[in-house]
Amino acid sequence: MRADGAGRQDEPNSPFVERRTYRRRRLMDIARLLPILGALLFTVPLMWPNPDPYPAPGNQAGMATSAAITYIFVVWGGLIALSFVFGLAVRLWAGHWTEGGPQDESS
Amino acid sequence: MASLNVLALVCLGYVALLFLVAFLADRRAARGQSATWMRSPLIYTLSLSIYCTAWTFYGAVGYAARSGLEFLTIYLGPTLVMIGWWWGLRKLVRVGRSQRVTSIADLLSARYGKSNALAIGVTVLAVIGITPYISLQLQSITLSFAIFAEADPLRSYHETTTVFWVTAGLAIFAILFGTRNLNANERHHGVVTAVALEAVVKLVALLAVGIFVVWGLSDGVTETLARIDASRIGDWRVDGGRWATITFLSAAAFVCLPRMFQVMVVENEDERHLRVAAWAFPLYLLLISMFVVPIAAIGLELLPAGSNPDLFVLTVPLSQGQQGLAMLSFLGGFSSATSMVIVAAMALSTMVSNHMVMPIWLHMQGGEGASVSGDVRNVVLYARRISIAVILGLGYFYYKLSGGGAALAAVGLISFAGISQMLPALVGGLFWRGATRTGALSGLSVGFAIWVYTMLLPALGGGLLPDHVLAEGLFGLSWLRPQALFGIEGLDSTVHAVLWSMSLNAVVFCLVSLMTFPSPIERLQGAQFVNVFEHSSGPRGWTGSVAQSEDLMVMSQRILGASEAQAFFQRELARQGGRGTLPEPTPAFLERLERELGASIGAAAAHAMIGQIVGGSSVSVQDLLAVADETAQMLEYSNQLEEQSAELSRTARQLRVSNEKLTQISQQKDAFLSQVSHELRTPMTSIRAFSEILRDDSDMPLVEKRRYATIIHDEALRLTRLLNDLLDLSVLESGQVSLNMSAGTLNEVLDHAVSTALAGSDHPIQVHRDPKSEDIRISSDLDRLAQVFINLIANAQKYCDADAAELTIQVRRSLGEIWVDFIDNGSGVPADHQQLIFEKFSRVSPERAGGAGLGLAICREIMQRLNGDISYLSGQKGGSFRISLPIERKISLETGL
Repeated sequence: MRADGAGRQDEPNSPFVERRTYRRRRLMDIARLLPILGALLFTVPLMWPNPDPYPAPGNQAGMATSAAITYIFVVWGGLIALSFVFGLAVRLWAGHWTEGGPQDESS
Repeated sequence: MASLNVLALVCLGYVALLFLVAFLADRRAARGQSATWMRSPLIYTLSLSIYCTAWTFYGAVGYAARSGLEFLTIYLGPTLVMIGWWWGLRKLVRVGRSQRVTSIADLLSARYGKSNALAIGVTVLAVIGITPYISLQLQSITLSFAIFAEADPLRSYHETTTVFWVTAGLAIFAILFGTRNLNANERHHGVVTAVALEAVVKLVALLAVGIFVVWGLSDGVTETLARIDASRIGDWRVDGGRWATITFLSAAAFVCLPRMFQVMVVENEDERHLRVAAWAFPLYLLLISMFVVPIAAIGLELLPAGSNPDLFVLTVPLSQGQQGLAMLSFLGGFSSATSMVIVAAMALSTMVSNHMVMPIWLHMQGGEGASVSGDVRNVVLYARRISIAVILGLGYFYYKLSGGGAALAAVGLISFAGISQMLPALVGGLFWRGATRTGALSGLSVGFAIWVYTMLLPALGGGLLPDHVLAEGLFGLSWLRPQALFGIEGLDSTVHAVLWSMSLNAVVFCLVSLMTFPSPIERLQGAQFVNVFEHSSGPRGWTGSVAQSEDLMVMSQRILGASEAQAFFQRELARQGGRGTLPEPTPAFLERLERELGASIGAAAAHAMIGQIVGGSSVSVQDLLAVADETAQMLEYSNQLEEQSAELSRTARQLRVSNEKLTQISQQKDAFLSQVSHELRTPMTSIRAFSEILRDDSDMPLVEKRRYATIIHDEALRLTRLLNDLLDLSVLESGQVSLNMSAGTLNEVLDHAVSTALAGSDHPIQVHRDPKSEDIRISSDLDRLAQVFINLIANAQKYCDADAAELTIQVRRSLGEIWVDFIDNGSGVPADHQQLIFEKFSRVSPERAGGAGLGLAICREIMQRLNGDISYLSGQKGGSFRISLPIERKISLETGL
C-alpha cells in the first residue's frame, strides 16, 4: 500500500517512530479492517437457517424477523459508531489524509 | 378527505419552495457569500441521499412485504462503501478533484488515455441503464397521485397527463438549475441545496409514518416486534445468494451511478466532508430503513389482501384517516422521485453533451475546429439542456411503453446491475496501472451484452426477446438460455445475471489489459490516477509557442466566457510574473487551462481542443514518432555535413599531395635541365677543344689529326644518341608515342633482341634460354618490346662484373601476366641504388658509364605504355630485371593516340 497517501513523504521508515506517526499507522489498520469487519458481520445472516415449512413439534422454527432486525441494526449502529470514532481520530491524528489536492492551486 | 386539487396545490407550493431555495442558494453562491452551512458536511451528506429514490421510499416497504429483510441489502452495500471510505472513496474523490472530472464517463475516459470511445460507451450504458430508473420515478409519482385520485371521486384523473406534466416540470427544474453555469465541475449550489432539503423532507416523512405506525397503531417497540413476528414476514426467509449479490450490487451501483458520482465526486466541496459522511450517511440509511419492516407488517395486517404493498407508506395513514400525515408522506415520495430525476438528468446530460454532442460538433466544424470564432458556450449549454429534455422524454416513453406494471424493486435492480458494469474498469483504473483502454472497453462491452441478454431483455418482455429464445436459448442452443447460461440452472435470475455479467466483465477486462499495451498518454494518466496521493498534478507536457496564446485566448473566451477567460489568463500572467498581455503557453499553464476547459466540456474534448491549437501534447504517439523522425532528419543532416567535411579534408589532402608533387616535379625539371646541360656540355667541351686543336695546329701529323677527328666524331655520335634518347623519352612521357601493335611470339622477339645486342659487341656474354617456355603468343608493339630487351641485354653486357659473364632469360606465366626475367651472374645493383635505377640520368657507376643513364627510364616508359611493367628483382644472385607483360590482351587504344 505504498500509494495510499497514508504517510508523509519525509516520514522516517524505521521501527521506532514518534507516537503520532505510530497512532496514524494503527488508524490505517482500522481503516482497512472496518469494511472487512462490516462485510463479515453482514454475512452472518447467511448462516441462519431458513424456516422448515413443516416444523417438527418442539423444533425451533427458523430465525424470527424481530431477532434478525435487532441483530442487523445493532451491527449497523456499531459500524456507524466505529466509523464516527474513526472520523474523529483521523481529524486528530491524520488530518493530511483528507487535505491537499490541487484545489488550493487551481481554484 | 384531501381533494386532488389540494394535493396539486401542495405539490405546486412545494415545488415553488424548492425553486426558491435553489434560486436563493445559487444567488448567494454567485455573489460569493454562500453561507457556511451551504458548504458544510451536512449538506454533502444529505445530498448523497439521492441514493434513496422513490424506490426506497415506496418500494422498500413493498420489497419488505414481499421478501422480508432482503430489502436491507440495498442499504448495506452503500454502508460498507462509506465506512471503507479511506480505501476507495477518498481516492476517487481526490482523483475526481485533481482531474476536474465532470462525470463518471469523463473519469474513465481521462483514466484510459482521454479516449472518447470509452466515454461514449459508458454514456450509452448509463443512458440505457438509467432510463428505466427514471421511468420508475415517474411511475411512483403517478401511482401516488392515483391513490389520492381514488379517494376523490369528483375529479376525473388522467394518468398519462399527470406523468407528462410531472416530466415537463422536472425537466424545467433540471434545466433551470442544472445548467445555470457551463462549468459542470463547479458546484451547483442551488440543486444541491434543494436536494438536501428534499432529503430532509423524505426522511422526516418516513420517520413520521414509522412513528405513527409503531406508537400510534401499535403499542411501542415490543408489541410492534411481536406483530412483525406474527405477520407473513415473521420468519427469516432470505436467499443467501441474493443477500450477498444484492449487497455487492448496491455497493457497486452506489459508486458507479452517474447521479451518485455527481453528488459524491463532482459536487464535492472538500475532502474532509467524506470524514463526516462516512458515518452520517450510513446513519441516514439506517434511519430511513428503520421503520420499513414495521410499516410493511402493519400494512399487511391492516389493509385488505391484494392492495399494492409498494404504496403502504401512503395507504396506511390514509386508511386511518391521517390526511396530513399522508400528505407529508406523499411529499416525501415526491421529493425522492424529483431529486433523483433532476440530478440523474443533470449528470446524464453532462455526459451526453460532453462525450457525444461536443465531439460531433467539433468534428462538424472541420479543420478550423477550436479556433473558429463564435461562442461555444451556447452550443454546450443548449446541448446540455436538450439532453436533459431528451433523457426525461426517454423516461416518459419507457414508462408509456412498459405500461408501468413491473414491481418497483425489480426495475431498480436491473438498473443497478447495468450501471455496475463500470465497476471493473473504475476499480482497475484507480488501483491497477496495468489496466488499459482496450481492456476496459472489452470488459464493459462483454458485461453490457450479458446484462442486456440475461436481465434487461427478459425483464422487458413484450416480445423483445422471443419466448423460444427464453425457453430454448439463442439459436436453439440450450446453454445460451438467458436465465441459465452455460447450463447452470436453478440460480435466482438476478444472481445469475450479476454473477455472469460481472465475473466475465472482470475476467475479460483483466485478460485484455494484460495482453494489450497502453499508449503513452494512457500510461501517464494511469500513473497519475493510481498514485494520485503522491503527485496530484502530473507531468503531462504540452508544448506551445507564444504565437498560440492568442488562439488559446480566443478559444477559452468561447468556452469559459469572456470575463472568466480574461480573469484566468490574468491570473496565469501574474503567476508567471511576466509583463505583457498574454501568458506564455508553458506546459504548466496549458495543463491548467486544459483542466479549466475540461470542467466545462469534459477532459477528452478539452484535450482535443487544446491539441488542435497547440498541435498535440508532447507525449502522443504521433508526436513521439514526429520527434523520432526529426531526430532522424537531424542525424541525416549531420551525416551529410560530416561527409562534406570529410570530402573537403580529402580534397585538401589531395591538393596538398599534388602541390608537393608539383613542387617535386618542378625540382625534378630543374634537376633534369641541369643534368641535360651537364650531359650536353661534356661532349661539346671535348668537341670544341679537339676542333680548336685541329684548327690551330696546322702541322700536325696525319695520325694525330685522324685521332682527334675520331674523338670529335665519337663525341658527336654520343651527343646524337643522347638527343635521340631525350627525344624518345619526352615522346614517351608525353604519351604522344604511336604504338605499332602486332602479334607474334615471344621467342621471335627475344631472338631478334639477343642477336642485335650481341652483334659486334666487345663484351662477350653467354646467354641461356629455354625456347620451349618462350613459345607464347603476344600482342604488343614488338619493336618497342625488342628495344627494351636489347637495352636489358646490353646493360648485362656492360655492367656484369663476373669473369665469365652469363645471362639467363627465364619466361614464366603468372596470374594474367607473362614474366620475362633477365638474370646475370654479376654482383647486381647495390640495394641503396635499386630505387633509383629507373630514374633519368641515374648511373650506378658513372666511371663505367657509356650511356647517358636514360636507358632504363626509357624501358620503364615503354613498358608502362605497353600495359606491362619493369622492376628490379632483389634477392637474386646477380642483377636481375623482370618484365611483366599482359597475356594476349588488346592493349587499350587510348595509349595509341
